[in-house]
Amino acid sequence: MTSDVLAVAEHRRGDVRDVSYELVTAGRELAEETGGDLHVAVISGQVEEFATRVNREGVDVVHTVDHGEEFNHDVYVQAVCALADELDPQYVLTPNSVNGLDYAPAVANRLALPLVTDAVGIEYDGGLTVTREMYGSKVETTVEVDAERTVVTVRPGEWMVTEADGDAEVTPFEFEVDESAVNSTVTGFEEVAGGDVDIADAEVLVSVGRGIEEEENIELVERLADALGATLSSSRPIVDNGWLPKNRQVGQSGKVVTPEVYIAIGISGAVQHVAGMKGSETIVAINNDSNAPIFDIADYGVVGDLFDVVPALTEEFE
Amino acid sequence: MKVLVTVKEVAEVEDDFEIADLDVDPRYLEYDLNEWDEYAVEAAVRLAEASDEDVEVVSATIGPERSEETVRMALAKGVDRAVRIWDDDVEAAEFLDVASKVRLLEAVVAEEDPDIVLTGVQANDTGFGATGVALADAVGFEWGAVVNHLDTEGVLEDGVAHVHRELEGGIDEITEIDLPAVLTIQTGINEPRYASLRGIRQAQSKEIARKTLSDLGLDHSAVAGELFLTDMYEPEAESDATYFDGDAGEQAAQLATALREKGVGAE
Ligand SMILES: Cc1cc2nc3c(=O)[nH]c(=O)nc-3n(C[C@H](O)[C@H](O)[C@H](O)COP(=O)(O)OP(=O)(O)OC[C@H]3O[C@@H](n4cnc5c(N)ncnc54)[C@H](O)[C@@H]3O)c2cc1C
Repeated sequence: MTSDVLAVAEHRRGDVRDVSYELVTAGRELAEETGGDLHVAVISGQVEEFATRVNREGVDVVHTVDHGEEFNHDVYVQAVCALADELDPQYVLTPNSVNGLDYAPAVANRLALPLVTDAVGIEYDGGLTVTREMYGSKVETTVEVDAERTVVTVRPGEWMVTEADGDAEVTPFEFEVDESAVNSTVTGFEEVAGGDVDIADAEVLVSVGRGIEEEENIELVERLADALGATLSSSRPIVDNGWLPKNRQVGQSGKVVTPEVYIAIGISGAVQHVAGMKGSETIVAINNDSNAPIFDIADYGVVGDLFDVVPALTEEFE
Repeated sequence: MKVLVTVKEVAEVEDDFEIADLDVDPRYLEYDLNEWDEYAVEAAVRLAEASDEDVEVVSATIGPERSEETVRMALAKGVDRAVRIWDDDVEAAEFLDVASKVRLLEAVVAEEDPDIVLTGVQANDTGFGATGVALADAVGFEWGAVVNHLDTEGVLEDGVAHVHRELEGGIDEITEIDLPAVLTIQTGINEPRYASLRGIRQAQSKEIARKTLSDLGLDHSAVAGELFLTDMYEPEAESDATYFDGDAGEQAAQLATALREKGVGAE
């Protein structure tokens, strides 16, 4: 085993995703501790071009696997396992993205390595200690890994993006994809959040979460939105329940919004929600749980029952 | 034909809580069916209903006796029978990591020989989000992670699942997955049914087979993982929010002033 780190870049529809540059940072920091090299793998798509882009400060080698256009987990698992066999790295890092979670667990299984997902902190002092959250971000934990090698998936948005150019060597990695073991086929993509309103255009968003409890209570926040001249948006469970259309959903799998004012009502502040609204200019949180993670990013907080606070606030503006 | 669906009972933490011995003090925990599994159960039952053939829906749970209450909920919603894995060794395991869970579930898959396995995307307590895909690779099945659309018609007959995988940013990936396969099911994929009174009554007489490690041909080494929880703490409050105190009316008035300063509500 070497003391190297292998980080797997992510791209989609011709673009390298930001999490790849964050992974470079996490990988460089870890490799500095282990004393090894940082290898970055670029698999499928415009690999030459992507390799140039992920060639940032701290990367020692970029390995390209020119096979297919888009992500296919069967190809990724084979490629990452083959690279791991060849390079024998101590740690494999992948994004904790939807696609990351579609291949990293299989890679860990196939290489018989322990897997720690959704890391928000990684430390090494002869062994690996990973910080991760539990219970919907209510607690943080440290997990120690009692193994020499580990696969770690890294939460997007936790590490800085490495901007500075690097001088890594770029080498094509030649290996034969076993096509008979590729039993899934990506046939296309679909944009699912279209429609009449674009919440990303709104200057003020009144956003409602599961704290609203019942569909008929949505009216309460609609009235507030009207009084404020704001647009109504929501967290995921509201859309899952069919109470508001998909195009109102803020978050990782909905829209990323950056309004002047974002008013989160009965929303706990789960990481996938925060991913979609943390760039808002001013954030207001109304929640009856003073420990709700949403308060960590709020500028103004009201700890209270939304069924009292929202009507009172509406009255102020009507 | 058979559909296997994994069902986890998860702990939910109350608003105010304390931490004791590397976990939230049980006094502040409530137990419930994992949110994602609720959708997986519904998808499993719909797969069976959509098929002309005889399809059995079996659930698999790793959990103590307490979790049978949760399992009964799944049985009341149309799961035919349940398997629950637990014994002293599992109970004594320090931390059930992904690999350990996979070793247990792998044995269930070997015994049940399902055509398709449905799991939730993640469990909302530990949130590893990895068991389904790791299991698929361990048993040699195909897989799809974060499935938010599944055309239930003809899946079992044709041996292909037409799914959408929900990527970031409001984009679905449209994918065809050959069976046998494991799909990890995302919330919102369907509208989970309520258990009918009849369903609840029937569930009482459905089988929950308890399996020990030795029943599954395993021993304590199956739950000896390589991950150890060494600390748990409440994250430092990073909040530098301005809080508005008083009763609801007072809070609303102060917030209204702050909002007006930001130009909100100006005609
Ligand atoms: C792959 C993936 C993608 C996801 N994508 C998204 C996404 O795009 N967007 C998204 O939002 N989520 C997403 N999620 C789900 C996310 O993890 C959370 O489950 C979700 O954000 C929780 O929504 P919530 O805050 O409304 O509900 P909860 O977490 O249940 O919070 C409800 C809040 O309401 C408060 N409350 C209850 N009653 C009252 C009251 N009377 N007055 C005041 N407050 C009250 C509670 O204290 C609590 O904080 C995703 C998850 C996964 C795994």
